[in-house]
Amino acid sequence: MTSTIFFQQLINAISLGSLYGLVAIGYTMVYGILRLINFAHGDLLMFAAYVAIYMGALTVFPWYLSFPAAILATGILGILLDRAAYRPLRDAPRISLLISAIGASFLMQNLALVIIGGVPKAFPRPEVFDRVITLFDVRIQVLAIYTPIITIILLLGLLFIVYRTKVGKAMRAASKDFETTRLMGINVNAVIAMTFFLGSTLAAAGGLMWAMRFPQVNPFMGVFPGLKAFIAAVVGGIGNIVGAVIGGFILGLGEILIVAFVPQLAQYRDAFAFVILILVLLFRPTGIMGEPITDKS
Amino acid sequence: MLDVHELHVYYGGIHALKGVHLKVNEGQVVTLIGANGAGKSSTLRAIVGLVKPQKGHIRFKGEDLTRLSTHQIIRKGMGISPEGRRVFANLTVLENLELGAYHQTAKDFAQQQEWVYSLFPRLREREGQLTGTLSGGEQQMVALGRALMSKPRLLLLDEPSLGLAPLVVEEVFRIIQTINEQGATILLVEQNAMAALSIAHYAYVLETGRVILEGEGMELLQDDRVRHAYLGE
Repeated sequence: MTSTIFFQQLINAISLGSLYGLVAIGYTMVYGILRLINFAHGDLLMFAAYVAIYMGALTVFPWYLSFPAAILATGILGILLDRAAYRPLRDAPRISLLISAIGASFLMQNLALVIIGGVPKAFPRPEVFDRVITLFDVRIQVLAIYTPIITIILLLGLLFIVYRTKVGKAMRAASKDFETTRLMGINVNAVIAMTFFLGSTLAAAGGLMWAMRFPQVNPFMGVFPGLKAFIAAVVGGIGNIVGAVIGGFILGLGEILIVAFVPQLAQYRDAFAFVILILVLLFRPTGIMGEPITDKS
Repeated sequence: MLDVHELHVYYGGIHALKGVHLKVNEGQVVTLIGANGAGKSSTLRAIVGLVKPQKGHIRFKGEDLTRLSTHQIIRKGMGISPEGRRVFANLTVLENLELGAYHQTAKDFAQQQEWVYSLFPRLREREGQLTGTLSGGEQQMVALGRALMSKPRLLLLDEPSLGLAPLVVEEVFRIIQTINEQGATILLVEQNAMAALSIAHYAYVLETGRVILEGEGMELLQDDRVRHAYLGE
């Protein structure tokens, strides 16, 4: 393999990994506060992509309006998801929440199937992201450069919110102890809604970049990136935001580089993520950056 | 200021509070004593809305609280140091205090912070430390300080002496008295009847979900039944 191809693959891998990481943040945040694997999280990618397509199709909106609108709409959908599927089960056993999450995921996929139909739609890639540049003799699509940069910026913004603002402090408090957080006069439901909003907007950003990378949008497009991102969150240590991004990078790098070095394994690409998951669960169940598991009472 | 009337609380089929009543007047220290399982904590939990009473009412400054949720009740002007301290171990001491002052302005925060630090100089030294690394007594100070950060009209303390060394218990009660002298009204739930009665203006003795005895603190300290049942004489 020549160094140019390697370099190209490396950028490709970092870009894919950062996408996984972006989506994984949402899993990890919701898990941190509710101890719930939000299986409907992946479907938010699909929602964001469709909103952007339909807003773009009205042609009045350029991408720099339709993308933020899609992100905002997905954030609100995340809040509604919590309100409808999880909040009524706040005091229920955790397994009920999990089942509700799976139900919400199926509902979103099938609603999309009924309303929009199963035929994949092309995602219009804005020209800004479509350009190709040459870097050290390697031709690279700018999207692959922008994706990790956007991810890092969003990650830093999120860390600022979580560690430097009042609501972030309330989120960290609620993740340890709902009752005492309420006793501080804090509306825990509002804090949870905020968590869903933030996680969902990041999923939407990931969904739009995913749709630009693989510009075929269908009602089930969120399933695989959702699963991979979930694995990334577990690998990084579920509940840990930075861990989620690191897990994403590990997954992206592993998938692409294995295929690059051992092309015979190309068909097993998707299996790689699951092998990693099994290994992590066997040998380091709390993930790379995870804290020892303490049960929240 | 606080008026609890005929309070009944059930946990499933268990009748935990069977018509508890109590009054806390402005400026007082009122204590609620009783053995384990007498219903002290249930009464406190009902006041702050963590459990909903089936019957009875709770009035704070004349307003009925029974339909409000916990965070709304707290914002009416209460501060609480819950049973078992329940500090946020994963947050620093300063962050714990900031959460106590969640709805305060920056100016009020600075003022309250100074006051809390003057009461507990140790907390200033430990400001940046994770609360989980502190000793039990220091964590109790964080819990008390956190409860004071919201400038509460009424301070609710649930067993602040639990699990502390005798010397530290003395210090905690001395500080509770200081806080009261500086104007806060206090409802103190305690198992340490002796210490609680000696600083209380008024006291209620709870047994199996009922108030079986009430009176001024000093008066109850002399009462034979109290001495017998709670002071081991």
